[in-house]
Amino acid sequence: MPTLVIDGQEVTVEDGLNVIQAAEQAGIEVPHYCYHPGLSISGNCRMCLVEIESMPKLQIGCNTRVSDGMVVKTTSERAKHAQAAVLEFLLINHPIDCPVCDQAGECKLQDYYMLYGAYKSEMQLEAKVQKGKVVDLGPEVVLDEERCILCARCTRFCDEITQTGELGIFERGDHSRISLFPGKKLDNPYSGNVVDVCPVGALTSKDFRFKSRVWYLEKTPSTCTRCATGCNIDIYHRQGEIFRFRPRQNPDVNEYWMCDEGRHWYKSFQQDSRIPTPLVRDGLSFAVASWDGAGTAAAQAVRRTQDEHGPEAVAAIVGAKATNEEAFLLSRLLREQIGSTQTAGLAWSPADAFHDDFLIHADKNPNTHGLKSLGLLNGGGEAEAVLSAAEQGQVKVLFILGADLVSAFGQERIDSALGETTVILLDTDYNGTTEYADIVMPIAAAVETDGTCTNQAGRVQRLSQAFPPPGEAKAGWEALALLSTHLDGPDSVSITDVFGELTHSVPAFTGLTYGKIGLLGAPLAGVGS
Amino acid sequence: MAENVLLRHEDVPDIHKLDVYLAHDGYAAARKALTTLKPEEVTAQVKESNLRGRGGAGFPAGVKWGFLPKDSDKPVYLCCNADESEPGTFKDRAIIEKNTHILLEGILITCYAINAHTAYIYIRGEFAYGAKCLERALAEAYDQGLFGKDIFGTGFDLEVYVHRGAGAYICGEETGLIESLEGKRAYPRIKPPFPAVYGLFGCPTIVNNVETLACVPSVIKNGPDWFRSIGPESGPGPKIYGVSGHVAKPGMFELPMGMPLREMIYDYAGGIKDGKQLKAVMPAGSSFPVLTPDEIDVHMDFDSMRAIGAFLGTAGIIVMDEDTCMVRALEIIDRFYHHESCGQCSPCREGTGWLHKLLVRLEEGNGKVEDIELIDRICTNMTGNTVCVLADAAAMPTQSYLTKFRDEFVAHVTQGGCPLKKVAVQPEAA
Ligand SMILES: Cc1cc2nc3c(=O)[nH]c(=O)nc-3n(C[C@H](O)[C@H](O)[C@H](O)COP(=O)(O)O)c2cc1C
Ligand code: SF4
Repeated sequence: MPTLVIDGQEVTVEDGLNVIQAAEQAGIEVPHYCYHPGLSISGNCRMCLVEIESMPKLQIGCNTRVSDGMVVKTTSERAKHAQAAVLEFLLINHPIDCPVCDQAGECKLQDYYMLYGAYKSEMQLEAKVQKGKVVDLGPEVVLDEERCILCARCTRFCDEITQTGELGIFERGDHSRISLFPGKKLDNPYSGNVVDVCPVGALTSKDFRFKSRVWYLEKTPSTCTRCATGCNIDIYHRQGEIFRFRPRQNPDVNEYWMCDEGRHWYKSFQQDSRIPTPLVRDGLSFAVASWDGAGTAAAQAVRRTQDEHGPEAVAAIVGAKATNEEAFLLSRLLREQIGSTQTAGLAWSPADAFHDDFLIHADKNPNTHGLKSLGLLNGGGEAEAVLSAAEQGQVKVLFILGADLVSAFGQERIDSALGETTVILLDTDYNGTTEYADIVMPIAAAVETDGTCTNQAGRVQRLSQAFPPPGEAKAGWEALALLSTHLDGPDSVSITDVFGELTHSVPAFTGLTYGKIGLLGAPLAGVGS
Repeated sequence: MAENVLLRHEDVPDIHKLDVYLAHDGYAAARKALTTLKPEEVTAQVKESNLRGRGGAGFPAGVKWGFLPKDSDKPVYLCCNADESEPGTFKDRAIIEKNTHILLEGILITCYAINAHTAYIYIRGEFAYGAKCLERALAEAYDQGLFGKDIFGTGFDLEVYVHRGAGAYICGEETGLIESLEGKRAYPRIKPPFPAVYGLFGCPTIVNNVETLACVPSVIKNGPDWFRSIGPESGPGPKIYGVSGHVAKPGMFELPMGMPLREMIYDYAGGIKDGKQLKAVMPAGSSFPVLTPDEIDVHMDFDSMRAIGAFLGTAGIIVMDEDTCMVRALEIIDRFYHHESCGQCSPCREGTGWLHKLLVRLEEGNGKVEDIELIDRICTNMTGNTVCVLADAAAMPTQSYLTKFRDEFVAHVTQGGCPLKKVAVQPEAA
């Protein structure tokens, strides 16, 4: 644990840090472009030059390990001069097209330019080196060679992280440019990350570019629900519309990265298929209902069945996209308000779902592990058993929470299982299963609710509400609390409340609090972090 | 010196042939080293000889070898830097083509000293003939058991490979060379770690210049004291001086270290051509400061040159007569660095191009007086802040031209172009 002085401030840091990292811990940002904590040190941009006492030459912070007694000056006259000079070099051939550049607002050239003061441009426009514009690199990414500062983060990403090596630097000196190797396309499953690592506007996302100025967007930290890995993300949104997902750093889960599939997953939350209001079956079609009306109808169906066929005739299937809180509330409702033990988890993924040994998991559900901890999933045949029971007339009322049974079991099976069953469905979107429903309760999608999911490694991570759900949809936990009150059960006032109750009744969650999970998640009891 | 060491072909015709070389004591030093000395004794002798690197920086060879980690279980490599691309420099080429075996013998002894069993000769791509000479000489030597397995029956094995570069100045920078040898772009590496610790394929590696290695046999053969007696003690030995430019008899001269620059120009190279006056001389290739006629009484060795703010570099002496336009001369130099910057570091990538553009502008008569200050400022900002010293190598001569020939730069502005009006500026190389 070396103790050193950075800009007059004494700090003690872990072994093995470089000056940029150590300074960061002291709350000091050393400007840099090529350095990225998830990539090898390249040392090419020269922006992080700092003064280190007893070293005659300025040193680059990224390649300088801190040591005990070191005295670092990141803002001395010499250091600042060198940093400003590097910035000036970087701008000499830069097109300065910020008004039409998609990166504006999150560009490190812009940021540092403001920091170091405006220069009058010493290079006339026509004298600048001209290079390729709008170069198509692959399905995700477009390159502007003139904006590129050749920091080589993107090439290092493709060499070191995906090890696919599509990108290289070609030509020499100020004619250097990033390009694809002959015959290659940048279409690996993680290609979108190069856009995130690009500190300037050279690499932009085909999906996001020109859709919105970044300063108009709000950012909400959350977790990707595309698969069981649960990469940490930021949701960028405005007025109930999502513009992009970006990975949020979590050393224990996804480091700095996420997959392209997850990146595009935001679109799944804003399709035309969203269910806007509660619905109650009216012959062959649905009638719009109030929440109270739907709740009352559901309670009536439950109580009638209970009286006629006993509590076990009421069952529930919970999809593994439901949060821990939703799954907990529904299973508790069945157990305590109805007296039924028939709550089954369902974690269905397409058999051919793409997966790899990096981030992309074959299980396309965000909360399979959570359902297991809640005792709803064990061998995996639980939902199947409920359907068989329904086929045999033993299940008369079925709650379905966030599960499209038709995708999982096929139309025919569901026809025969649910033909005679009263189905109370809680979901976000219309899907193949909706038409079997008798009562429909629209709930918030993962980006519209608070709650937790447990990823494949047993790490409990938070979803955060970026904005309220559309129409009259409610957060799943709120809808279930409403159902509970209609069945004379307890109400829930907040997500932390529900989580608290969950931790008290489910041993695996012992010791966790909603606050403790924080932005980076926390492992379940008995799971190493 | 009685007989040439490095340019021995001038005394002994056909010395590049193995039988001739052997007949003139060839490989005797290697035999002596391998059969009578321990590797560390060889290193000690080279250290004692004060042999300093001839690639430009003058780093003591024996000291460098001593940096190899003692406790590493990785193989050690020797890279012979034969990329010779410094402007005005053609000494290594002569050794490679004409005195091939002394280089090979130097490699053999060095490998023995540093316990390397593989050596690469990284030769500039354009030296096609040189590469052929090396291959031919190696084949002969392998035939005689001088390379390969169990050399001189000592159990010492050595394989030597000739690797032709693909043509870039930066491949001569030792870590650029290593990257290139590994099959990558010759992007110089950040140091530390230095090659002696983390070099070729991540293994301990020594990179030495051709001329440095060619000096090694004479150290072993004649002893360190002999070597130190040739020229100044602090950086002695035989040295090839190359004189080019506006001299009557351009050429290569092997002489002791520390020759007066004036003698090199006026005696050995026959003085300025056509009876003209000397205007400027670049004594060290193009990467170091230019000297004016009143500075040429300096002795050409590492320390004497440093004492006047100059460098020995490669001792490639480029002579310019009174008719030379210094703006144009500098424009050509900076065009070279612009063309050769690998483009990795921001200050070098952008700075070299910027300098060149400003010089073209001055030479064409479109410059402003402020441009002179701007050039100077760019140079200052390029210096000392990059991965390798190519940026410094561009900045140093540039600033020296500005300082020592400032009037000419100003005249280009005030007179709207070159007062000497000699040759049109060539278009910028793309
Ligand atoms: C841009 C650049 C180009 C260089 N080119 C050469 C070269 O062509 N040949 C050479 O021997 N050294 C060259 N060097 C020096 C090498 O980096 C290295 O210092 C040298 O090969 C070490 O050998 P020595 O210690 O025997 O001199 C170059 C250095 C730089 C910065
Ligand atoms: S200083 Fe120039 S040549 Fe050397 S590594 Fe940097 S960009 Fe390349």
